[in-house]
Amino acid sequence: MTTSYRTAAEIGRTELGPRPLPALGEQRSATNLSSVDTVLDNGLRVIAVHQSAVPMVELRMRIPFAGTDPAHAAVAEVLAETLLTATERRDRVAIDTDLALVGGELSAGVDPERLSISGNALASGFDTLLDVLADALTGAVYLDDEVVRERDRLVERIAVARSQPSVIAREALQRHRYGDHPYTREMPDADDVAAVTAERVRELHAASVLPRGSLLVLVGDIEPNDAVARIASAFGGWRSDRSAVELPDLPEVTGGDLLFVPRAGAVQSQLRLTAEAIPRTDPRYPALQLANLVFGGFFSSRLVENIREDKGYTYHARSYPEFTPSGATLLVEADTASEVTAPALLEMRYELARLGVVPPTESEVDTVRQYAIGSLLISTGSQTGLASQLAALAAYGLGVDWLVDHPARLAEVTADEIAEAALHFYAPARFTGVVVGDEAQVRYLTALGGVRSA
Amino acid sequence: MPATELNRFTLPNGLRVVLAPDPTAPVVGVSVHYDVGFRSEPEGRTGFAHLFEHLMFQGSESLEKLAHFRHVQSSGGTFNGSTHPDYTDYFEVLPSAALERALFLEADRMRAPKITEENLRNQVDVVKEEIRLNVLNRPYGGFPWILLPPVLYRTFPNAHNGYGDFTELEQADLDDCAQFFDTYYAPANAVLTVAGDLDVDATRELIDRHFGDVPHRPAPDRPSFAEPPPTTELRDEHLDPHAPLPAFAAGYRMPDPINDLDGYLANLVLAAVLAEGDGSRLQQRLLHREPVVTDVGAACGLFGPFEARDPDTFIVTAMHSPEVDQARVLAAVDEELDTLASTPPSEQELAKVTARWAAGLHREHDRLVSRTLAFGSLELLYGDPGLVHRLPDRIASVTPDAVAAAAKALRPDARAVLTVTPAGGNQ
Repeated sequence: MTTSYRTAAEIGRTELGPRPLPALGEQRSATNLSSVDTVLDNGLRVIAVHQSAVPMVELRMRIPFAGTDPAHAAVAEVLAETLLTATERRDRVAIDTDLALVGGELSAGVDPERLSISGNALASGFDTLLDVLADALTGAVYLDDEVVRERDRLVERIAVARSQPSVIAREALQRHRYGDHPYTREMPDADDVAAVTAERVRELHAASVLPRGSLLVLVGDIEPNDAVARIASAFGGWRSDRSAVELPDLPEVTGGDLLFVPRAGAVQSQLRLTAEAIPRTDPRYPALQLANLVFGGFFSSRLVENIREDKGYTYHARSYPEFTPSGATLLVEADTASEVTAPALLEMRYELARLGVVPPTESEVDTVRQYAIGSLLISTGSQTGLASQLAALAAYGLGVDWLVDHPARLAEVTADEIAEAALHFYAPARFTGVVVGDEAQVRYLTALGGVRSA
Repeated sequence: MPATELNRFTLPNGLRVVLAPDPTAPVVGVSVHYDVGFRSEPEGRTGFAHLFEHLMFQGSESLEKLAHFRHVQSSGGTFNGSTHPDYTDYFEVLPSAALERALFLEADRMRAPKITEENLRNQVDVVKEEIRLNVLNRPYGGFPWILLPPVLYRTFPNAHNGYGDFTELEQADLDDCAQFFDTYYAPANAVLTVAGDLDVDATRELIDRHFGDVPHRPAPDRPSFAEPPPTTELRDEHLDPHAPLPAFAAGYRMPDPINDLDGYLANLVLAAVLAEGDGSRLQQRLLHREPVVTDVGAACGLFGPFEARDPDTFIVTAMHSPEVDQARVLAAVDEELDTLASTPPSEQELAKVTARWAAGLHREHDRLVSRTLAFGSLELLYGDPGLVHRLPDRIASVTPDAVAAAAKALRPDARAVLTVTPAGGNQ
């Protein structure tokens, strides 16, 4: 373009030449967390943690909320959308106003396992936050017109979501893995939603919004014992003899052919591979966690370095454990340009096999160990991160102790244990999955083998 | 906002430095902001600033390809970079033992990035996949950030697609890269920020050691991107093969975020009064009272507030069923703006906005990565990283009359309306 600039080659070198990487300094450890983990009279488990870097409080509530009725997902979704819209004491605007004046927000969502409520407020508004939430849990009225309106919006939003390729792939994968188990109903059918009445929502609330077996996590500028006392007082009127409804166990995922799902006009394909794994409570879990990082769990992993940084097949590739009510699975995913679908699948399978037969090297093990310990330190360094981590752990019976002890577990895993986990859990024959994409790719996938059309 | 004590200084090569010590957690954030974004990329090279951001991760004199990622991650840290209209940022968050390592990595690529033909071609492919993932293969891809600017703006810097055209990305060559680097990636055109668990004196010494010998090059003249506002309502339509519902974005010009901060903040408050929370004007009316939309939003800036210099965009977006006439939704927006212009919002309405903004800033500040990036971008754009601590008070002092005046300035005859129309099989 012009000659008044250096060339790229000139820019890339200096007189001094390459310099050595500085060593790591001394690491200060995290300060101890002061916390309380207790169960209230009404059966609600409460975890309260003091972390006061900013004058806020973060709230996470998890209510097991499963249902076997085919229309459960639809009613549950409308319930989540309208739970925080009206109570005997407050209408929609009053709820928003009370929360806003203490810098607060509350929102609810639902999945096949549980009803989740997340929120936060200025710490000075902690009592208001609890009061609004308790008001909704014990006094939500589900006004007919609110239910109808949210229901209609939901039907439209489901149409939007179902046009997303990632959603198409997820739904296909869930059906492929679990048939019609309730766990697969992550998004209700629009027809079922359209048929939901306010009466059905009220019935579901009475039957399933229950404290016993549920969880409340609070992290922030609070004193834990005082917080628990305030919660006990705010939630005193929320009672039932019954327990919140847990999801039935899932069938184990077994290896087999990938299912090809055609999507006309797709410019990209979604590859989703999966295999049965183990939960965090299994003694082999830390080894599996580190083996997964080496495989595809972070940027410096074999999968990302191969199909993104070397071959440019994808922007996004990753591998991660998904924790289910009865166990866990591994998910390996990438979105690739249509024309490299089959080559990308070939490389994914190659890396799966290679992880077992060419186990993680000493340097790979060192890297993932440091990464796992450091990223835990970073992700739990904020109120939001710590609250979300604790809510995720506590849903499986774990708590602050597990979080505090986990760096030591990661430090103790041996290379042999990681190699063993890699060989066992990443064996290609254990995997199944789906490919969503343009039909023209089928012939290449068929030639590769292990892929069938519906 | 608990005020962090800030240390600011400038190295002899022109690099501006912000240090923000905070011992709460044993982690540290390091960021470098370069004063170049996609508004500065050359015509015929759309998407180049973002492509170049990818190349800055591909190795430098002391670091082979992939070494950057490995060194950060093997120290237990995370990293990323992002390209904005007016700047490009790079950052690491790590256990504080790895501070010197992060400074070394950033200094090495500021001094001598290794840009090769092979890496350029590989990253063009990666960027194309990123665009397919985020724009081409999904409903409402690029809405409104890519689709609205060419309707509202006339000049190339403001109007063009910052993700870039595939053909132009493919044409990028090593000389483009060299010229772009030499022009914009000078230390005098950058801000280094270190926040978190650090000792000020020791960190200053480390910064001198690693960045001190990055040679000075003059910072480029920063052109004005100003252009006259529209004098009529501008319209365009985008056919989206994946979108199931019609949507629109109305874009308005707004006060200069840097030189008229009070006017800008009044617009921030206005956006919240219009569409933040169930009690806000547009949500109350369009979602609940006369439900005609699926979603409605109002925002300052195509990527969020405090992201860009003048000209910046005030945006109202809505998604609605095909049975609802767009004109009806737009008329409701105009009526609500007129109402606010003639009757300023109540003190309580503003108190809600103020408390939510304060809480939102606290939450952002609690995440080290956001805090580090905020200090860096505010130093770069405002020369004032401490502004982050004063924003809650500044926002609280916005008056009802100022919000009314902001509403009055958003005129239908000086805006752009971009319509997204579903076109295709909905698959």
